[in-house]
Amino acid sequence: MDLYQELILDHYKNPVRHGLREPFQGESHQVNPTCGDEVTLRVHVTGEGEDAVVEDVSYDSMGCSISVASASILAEELTGGTVAHARTTYEAMRTMLTSKGEDPGDEDVIGDGVALSGVAKYPARVKCALLSWAAFTDALYQAEGAKL
Amino acid sequence: MAAAPFTDEELARIRADFPILSRTVRGGHPLVYLDSGATSHKPVAVLDAERRFYEHTNAAVHRGAHQLSEEGTDAYESARATIARFIGAQASDVVFTRNATEALNLVAYAFTNGAHGGGGGHGDRFRLGPGDEVLVTEMEHHANLIPWQEACKRTGATLRWVPVTADGRLDLTDLDTLLTERTKVFAFTHVSNVLGTLNPVRELAEKAHAVGALAVLDACQSVPHLPVDVVDLGVDLLAYSGHKMFGPLGVGVLWGRRELLDEMPVFLTGGSMIETVTMEGATYAPVPQKFEAGVPVAAQAVGLAAACDYLTDLGMGRVHAHEQAVTERLLHGLAERPWVTVLGPSDLRHRGGAVAFAVDGVHPHDVGQVLDDRGVEVRVGHHCAWPLHRSLRVPASTRASFAAYTTPGEVDALLTALDHVPATFGLEVPA
Repeated sequence: MDLYQELILDHYKNPVRHGLREPFQGESHQVNPTCGDEVTLRVHVTGEGEDAVVEDVSYDSMGCSISVASASILAEELTGGTVAHARTTYEAMRTMLTSKGEDPGDEDVIGDGVALSGVAKYPARVKCALLSWAAFTDALYQAEGAKL
Repeated sequence: MAAAPFTDEELARIRADFPILSRTVRGGHPLVYLDSGATSHKPVAVLDAERRFYEHTNAAVHRGAHQLSEEGTDAYESARATIARFIGAQASDVVFTRNATEALNLVAYAFTNGAHGGGGGHGDRFRLGPGDEVLVTEMEHHANLIPWQEACKRTGATLRWVPVTADGRLDLTDLDTLLTERTKVFAFTHVSNVLGTLNPVRELAEKAHAVGALAVLDACQSVPHLPVDVVDLGVDLLAYSGHKMFGPLGVGVLWGRRELLDEMPVFLTGGSMIETVTMEGATYAPVPQKFEAGVPVAAQAVGLAAACDYLTDLGMGRVHAHEQAVTERLLHGLAERPWVTVLGPSDLRHRGGAVAFAVDGVHPHDVGQVLDDRGVEVRVGHHCAWPLHRSLRVPASTRASFAAYTTPGEVDALLTALDHVPATFGLEVPA
């Protein structure tokens, strides 16, 4: 089965930047109602607009290997980048995951995220992979609101 | 003599009646379907009965006077009689709904409507209000929990629940303080859809009656799997779904004691369920029609009656014995794997054919994925029983559930596939 690539299992066993930290401007709690998996994710950004920098992504995640690995990959890929970069990465991840396997993903854009490309062939698991990304989008929205 | 499980020859004949069981999945693996607790497959006899209704008799039943309407009505009412007989009931006491969830909502809404004096009901039994209590259990499917939560919110009544022990049985220690004169309804499941736990229905119904409460039973996981006689059980109202017992999707059943159904306020209103209508108001038809608003689910009822005939021919005693044997085989196999924990009773006498388990260090979604890759289809998640999982301190579980067509070989296929799970996630398995 090409779903459980070594990279996914590495992230699952040793999630990057795991744990909830301060400071943060936005926090989101997301639940997958079919299985009860949960993620709480915080975003700390500095600066304004699309050039603002994602200083930290911290999270507490309880779920399957796909959802935990996806949160870990998100934190790794987005921390230190700009908000514009985060949005581009999210769009590329979402496009790949909802492509039913048509889009293999671009490593230059989503980094380790390409390891999750196999998920797209299993519609029931797409939600697992997108859970933390939904939390990030929501947390970022709140962080931007907090700055107004 | 106790009923015997099906022989290999009998099983082969039964399986030949279910076309879907011969298909392959995930790149050529034979289908090993162990999710009959979610929905069962349908034998040709059921598919044919439903198709024959549409091809030969199709009409809006209980309407009009033409020949098709007459024949359609006759088919629908004959189906009701067959389905009633299957659970030891009178045809007039059986109400068709779209599914068991609707049947349970019908009862919960009857109490809500009764609280406001609406729904054409009479008597105080269905008048729920502040100071009254509804008792459920922590092992309920959401379908027998949320309708009661909402009924309590609407009426000001209080929801209470019987907790679950660590091994997944009802903890009846404090039942006498939970079930009191304030309790109007005690709603509980016959067999847990997750753990397979078989509850002491007769004892619980008697206790409910002793305090003047009505006993409402969710029988979705018992009617398809063991002989059920509503009179023997002693409950007041009972709901189950057709699609879990070889019947079509889209039909459920509510049975009730006649005098209660007579008193019970209606839920859905509209066509078919009326006696007289003016611009100011309406009076309602007798039971069961007053609970069957809208065009009845006639083809589905006819299909469900064919499913009852099919199960009756197999013999419910033998179906039960067979599922018990298959369950025992799985429990035995899981017990040999110390990295697997069975959730729920280990004693076969206290359980039915649904087995939920946890694999050390691997999330149920991942367990299910590895099994599915080998054609073994089980259910993963919280199986619409989130509070139960919370009480057992697991986020979710993997569940295998059986039907008359399940073979010992399929249990072995599950166990073999399960042995691939730890290694897939780089876990060492103790020898």
